[in-house]
Amino acid sequence: MSGKDIGLEPLVDTTISVITNDGRNIVGVLRGFDQTTNLILDECHERVYSTKVGVEMLALGLYVIRGDNVAVVGELEDESDSQIDFNAIRAPPLKPITH
Amino acid sequence: SIGFAYLVKMLFYSYFKTLVGLQVTVELKNDLAITGLLHSVDQYLNIKLENTHVVDEVRYPHMKSVNNCFIRGSVVRYVQLPADGVDIDILHDATRREARGT
Repeated sequence: MSGKDIGLEPLVDTTISVITNDGRNIVGVLRGFDQTTNLILDECHERVYSTKVGVEMLALGLYVIRGDNVAVVGELEDESDSQIDFNAIRAPPLKPITH
Repeated sequence: SIGFAYLVKMLFYSYFKTLVGLQVTVELKNDLAITGLLHSVDQYLNIKLENTHVVDEVRYPHMKSVNNCFIRGSVVRYVQLPADGVDIDILHDATRREARGT
């Protein structure tokens, strides 16, 4: 049995949506990862959710996200995502992870 | 070879492997709950789910266009299992073996 049983291998070079421990949502292209779930995210942006206005997108560029801070890595469906009207979405920000 | 720290968790890793293919709901430590088919689990109890949807999609639209996800084991609070997916006898046997150190 190896430590890399699952791996994020199939997601490399695809667009992913990361939920971080502080409740942020970062979307970008996964370029690399390791066993502690450190991530290299290319062309990424943060999606800021609010109850008052639509989703704000903040351009970030090339990021390394430390594995300690990673909660969820989701495979983003581009067709589905391009159909969303982000201006219409109202939602409170995600809560931070508390151990 | 596996470090001693992992021996204790082997039971849950082995047990989750028997649940692959079943519908589970993972509740995270930030209260987010995600339902999906258990695709795989690893020694850190990281979980991969398929055909996912968030339990309260109105409150949490943050994963609207995500159908498959990887959940880091360290952020899991609960894994809700189907009642009929649990073989209590197997679990008891494995627990007894684990406690005996075999």
